[in-house]
Amino acid sequence: METAALGITGDEIDLDALVRLAAGGDDPGRDGAVVTFLGRVRGENLGRRVTALEYEAYEPLALRAFRTIEAEVAGAWPGARLALHHRVGRLAPGEASVAIAVASPHRVEAFQACRYVIERVKQIAPIWKREIFDGGDAWIEGATADPADAAAKQAAYDKACR
Amino acid sequence: MQVTVRFFARLRDIAGAPDLVRDVPAGATVEDLWERLAADFPAMAPYRGSVSVAVNAEYGRFTQAVAERDEIAFLPPVSGG
Repeated sequence: METAALGITGDEIDLDALVRLAAGGDDPGRDGAVVTFLGRVRGENLGRRVTALEYEAYEPLALRAFRTIEAEVAGAWPGARLALHHRVGRLAPGEASVAIAVASPHRVEAFQACRYVIERVKQIAPIWKREIFDGGDAWIEGATADPADAAAKQAAYDKACR
Repeated sequence: MQVTVRFFARLRDIAGAPDLVRDVPAGATVEDLWERLAADFPAMAPYRGSVSVAVNAEYGRFTQAVAERDEIAFLPPVSGG
């Protein structure tokens, strides 16, 4: 089965596959730039030695959120194309939890859109991680998810373009 | 009428289950449902200001009415990435 450009997966992330999904299409010479981002489990957080992160997602809503982000990218950077996979399950330090590839004819749009996508994933994707560290575990709680929050969307855009 | 409630992350830990079925009166809103749950699980109550809701796997609002067999998901602050 062909891998979808937007996905939640329990399998190891394949960044090369995301590059192929984002770039080219009918015209292999269309995209002069591909910018990728790989989010990995860091072995230290808040002074604690992290032994694993356990990710979970509300999958149908996460895919909807990814499609929302894809549409936002298309609106802000016409011509940029996105592939985005987020992993779920228990991950050890050094393993990739999220991968983004943005392809576009020129580099500026790809760099900006890639940064925008990771900021929006952190804001609106219904995905959670529980940190397992020496001596305990804790749910990490970040942003209140609200795709209609225009201020959050603008903040992500500003980070991408500053 | 009956609705299915889904919990994620710490809310699931508090509820002790990933989902449950609740009876709510006709015309009940998401807010009404939340208040019943917060009464059953007092540790959820402090989440009211930071929780998001999804109805049938679409982001929703606390003011919206729920319907028979809806799936209502309560989402604590997210931490993907």
